[in-house]
Amino acid sequence: MTRACLAALMSHWRRNPLQLFAFLAGLALATALWSGVQAINAEARASYDAAASTLGEGQFDQIVPVSGDRIEQADFVALRRAGWLVAPVIEGRVGDVRLLGIDPLSSPAGFGAGQDGDLAGLLSEDRIFANAETAAKLPVDLSVAVDASIAPNLAVTDIGVAQRVLERTDLSRLLVQPNQPLVQPPLADVTPHLRLQPASQTADVGELTDSFHLNLTAFGLLSFAVGLFIVYSTIGLAFEQRRGVVRTLRALGVPLPRLITLMVVEVLILALIGAGLGVILGYVIAAALLPDVAVTLRGLYGADVSGSLQFRVSWWGSGLAIAVLGALSAAGVTLAQIARMPLLASARPRAWAMSSRRAQRAQAVCAAALFAGALALGVGGQGLLAGFALLGCFLIGAALILPVLIAPLLRMAERRTHSPVARWFWADTRQQLPGLSLALMALLLAISANIGVATMVSSFRLTFVSFLDQRLAPELYVQTESATQADAVEAGLAQAGAIVLPLLVAEAQIANQPARLFGVRVGPTYRENWVFLDEGAGAWDAVEAAQAAVVNEQLARRGGLWLGDVIEVAPGVPLPIAAIVADYGNPKGQVIVSEDLFRTLYPEVRPRQFGVRTDDIAAMRRILTDDLDVSDSAITDQAALKAFSLQVFERTFTVTAALNVLTLTVAGFAMLMSLLTLADLRVPQLAPVWALGLTRRTIGRLELLRTVVFAAVVFLFALPVGLGLAWVLLAVINVEAFGWRLPMFLFPGDYTRLGLYALLAAVAAAAWPAWRLMRTPPNALLKVFAHER
Amino acid sequence: MNAKVLLLVLLWPFAALAQGFAGLGTDAEGFAIPQPDPVFDFPADHGPHPDYRIEWWYLTANLKDAQGTAYGLQWTLFRSALAPGEAAGWQSPQVWFAHAAVTTPAAHFATERFARGGTGLAGVEAEPFRAWIDEWVMEGPTLDAVTLRAQGPEFGYDMALEAQGPLVFQGQGGFSVKSAEGQASYYYSQPFYDIKGTLTLPDGPVEVTGQAWLDREWSSQPLSDNQTGWDWFSLSFDSGDKMMGFQLRQRDGTRFSASTWIEADGSTTAYPDGAFVAEPLDVTSVVGREVPTAWRIRLPDKGVDARVEAVNQDAWMPLSIPYWEGPVRISGSHTGVGYLEMTGYE
Repeated sequence: MTRACLAALMSHWRRNPLQLFAFLAGLALATALWSGVQAINAEARASYDAAASTLGEGQFDQIVPVSGDRIEQADFVALRRAGWLVAPVIEGRVGDVRLLGIDPLSSPAGFGAGQDGDLAGLLSEDRIFANAETAAKLPVDLSVAVDASIAPNLAVTDIGVAQRVLERTDLSRLLVQPNQPLVQPPLADVTPHLRLQPASQTADVGELTDSFHLNLTAFGLLSFAVGLFIVYSTIGLAFEQRRGVVRTLRALGVPLPRLITLMVVEVLILALIGAGLGVILGYVIAAALLPDVAVTLRGLYGADVSGSLQFRVSWWGSGLAIAVLGALSAAGVTLAQIARMPLLASARPRAWAMSSRRAQRAQAVCAAALFAGALALGVGGQGLLAGFALLGCFLIGAALILPVLIAPLLRMAERRTHSPVARWFWADTRQQLPGLSLALMALLLAISANIGVATMVSSFRLTFVSFLDQRLAPELYVQTESATQADAVEAGLAQAGAIVLPLLVAEAQIANQPARLFGVRVGPTYRENWVFLDEGAGAWDAVEAAQAAVVNEQLARRGGLWLGDVIEVAPGVPLPIAAIVADYGNPKGQVIVSEDLFRTLYPEVRPRQFGVRTDDIAAMRRILTDDLDVSDSAITDQAALKAFSLQVFERTFTVTAALNVLTLTVAGFAMLMSLLTLADLRVPQLAPVWALGLTRRTIGRLELLRTVVFAAVVFLFALPVGLGLAWVLLAVINVEAFGWRLPMFLFPGDYTRLGLYALLAAVAAAAWPAWRLMRTPPNALLKVFAHER
Repeated sequence: MNAKVLLLVLLWPFAALAQGFAGLGTDAEGFAIPQPDPVFDFPADHGPHPDYRIEWWYLTANLKDAQGTAYGLQWTLFRSALAPGEAAGWQSPQVWFAHAAVTTPAAHFATERFARGGTGLAGVEAEPFRAWIDEWVMEGPTLDAVTLRAQGPEFGYDMALEAQGPLVFQGQGGFSVKSAEGQASYYYSQPFYDIKGTLTLPDGPVEVTGQAWLDREWSSQPLSDNQTGWDWFSLSFDSGDKMMGFQLRQRDGTRFSASTWIEADGSTTAYPDGAFVAEPLDVTSVVGREVPTAWRIRLPDKGVDARVEAVNQDAWMPLSIPYWEGPVRISGSHTGVGYLEMTGYE
């Protein structure tokens, strides 16, 4: 009996392959975007973990120099001889690759997972470990062993080998082992120029990048929601059409529980197939996007992420699970109805959930509740999650209210027209609204997401470009390798008539957050070019006189500080904030003080980088390379730096743009599927009109027109929703995620183009169903009357 | 740390050792091989011998506090070479590691250290004598008068030692044969230390006095590859005589033993394989391993037939190389105290 029942149920899909396709494709698309995004996140996290376990960052206390970035090896030996169990670490760069030297005997962190067996080799041979991608970038004269567990763009080797390769005899930092002996002298007694940095204070790249990944996740979820709309409408339609089959089967004696079980199993199987396809598709999407994500993370956060994707349970498992759960919840409502359906109830196929006024009212109430939630979150919410929750409430609320608002509009249009065909057109459009409402909601979500994200990205770009112009005023940037070279460069350039701006940097703990302290030579470059978000009178004068500091927006917002508040730039050195400066280069806090003050606070820190103001770039370059012996690669000109910064920026949003396009595609597909499945149901409704004399061609054209009308209405509705979304992104999400608030600009040209795309997508989606309608054989239309109940 | 275990298993003498070319005095990897009839050169030989694969400065002590409670103390510095010879800085092939332990009747504390040679983190200098790793140190003007310090997260000690007798040479004048195939090491001892000082334990400091025994041994292939571990005894009898005895357990169930009888004045009698017999009387389950913690030992030539019993049966050293090492009590034909080391009970 079970087999017969299953065959009867399955025959529905055989007779409606389009519905089957819509179900599978909808689920596959939803799962694809979701699992693709998860795959990217999982890969990035794995890379961070590999880096963290290798470098011991965040896990272990570290001993670092009070200033500078070098520790003498003698200091390390002195600490060990005094009873401090510390392990040496040296870090440097070989070309683009970060080289890490450790002592495998004393390192508490290990250096990755799988290469214990080669430890003796590591000690006795000059071998360097790296993953295949990194190994290819290392110079050929080094003996490299490929090890997939090593973090991306990192090469690990014995400390002795690293010192030789880097041509150094010192160390970078020391890891403090967790179990220290009973008695040890205070650190300051042994090495007063070193300090202990507790594990928790080490900047954790995972934490920094959390906001970026949350952004991606939100996008994935949005796409999943859109895809689930398709699944929901398909399942609803299919089950609605199968009421007859269900009634017949029950009349033949199939027990209800078994029938329900079989239908659940059926949905489960289909869901697994769709989700499986989706996971494969998701892998393709993730693999295509990952290189861009990797560049973004590196540019924004300095986090190295592998450019190649691995198949991890964490993401494909979650993809399958969420798809199956989504499909089951979509089927749940209909199954509950079937369970309650009286055995001998009429099997009359109601044209797919003709929603009554009551349903609409419920939807309106839901939407109102969501808007209220959004408002509450907007006023009282804190943190990135609250920001996204606000976004979610706002978007879903807008989607739910859409059909409720469209219906009166259509009624109004109907009342305004007088010709019979026009009146029929509007009435019929209104009649179609419930069937299409899910597809329309999906379209609304996709268009508003596009408007919102496009507004944010374009606003960001405008702001970022003018920010780069302010910040990158010096024509040349020089990187020096040693203090002697730095002194020579500074003196040589000054002699040649250029204005030299040394860049003094120290890592510090300011206003309870890790921050960078900059010492700047206050001059016309800063006074004329820097535009503050907010400033007191004579800000630069106060900074120059060491009586005030400038902080970046991130530090100010995170610390709840603003103009006039006092910060301690160093222990016992309180300064008021003279100005807040926008800073879109990185998410870290920055504090800017005068060069003189900086030099008193950190007498050991020497400038390594210089900005050079000059009218004759070529001449200065010549002086640098020929007279001052600076290598060409150590000199960057302003244009190159700007181009690079912009490139990082563009690639940051490549991913967003790609996801945007994909969401719109999914929405277009939802529309197509809804129209196609509705088309068959429409034949009985169109037959009378045809019989009254409208040609099939005219009917087809009207169908197309109707879709355009719907798309236009949705687009008009999406415009304010999208702008609202942009505002939330710029003023709430960005502040929480990156610490900066961006001004919002409007881009009417972009919106118009997007509107056209939306109309085109709708026309494309409607074209095939309309064409099929035009080709409906007259006898099919006639049959409607013959079969009329 | 897995990595360390693996490294040390690679280096430890149980692991595959190249068969030596005894006649040439080096093995296949270029390590020197101990030769019979050694002529020692002191104080230089108190220092390291980097051409040999392994070497140790191994000190154990039986201690008592004012109330008469028995304690045991261990301080051991090992040198293990990845390749013969020495080089400066991180390129040195010498790896140093050390174990320290304190045993009370109720508790056992053990800890270890690792360091690379060539950097100044660890080493041994012959005169003035100084053996150190990190802040652990055994040092003094000569080997006869040294101070000794070590500490871990839970315990530490600070001791002073004075030798009351001469150095003692084990085996044939310091050439100690370890197997029928002729594996051997250079091996001498200073078993006559008086020791006093302070143990720092979780319950507070304890002033103690007692007797200590230093073993110096270096070799490149101390065990034959059919040997799985050893039971090693250093015993100080109340009569003033001392005895060193060990047996190497072989895969076929047989034993290879050797022992040295040490008179109170330092004169010695060495005994070949078979003279010294040790049989387990009682086995204790320690961290999942069956370890004999009571023994019947016999050296018929000197009328020794005694029971050797652990002061604390749980003297397991849970380190990168795990083994059992702790103080023992002697009863039977002779009475006294001593130290027992047992390896290979995996």
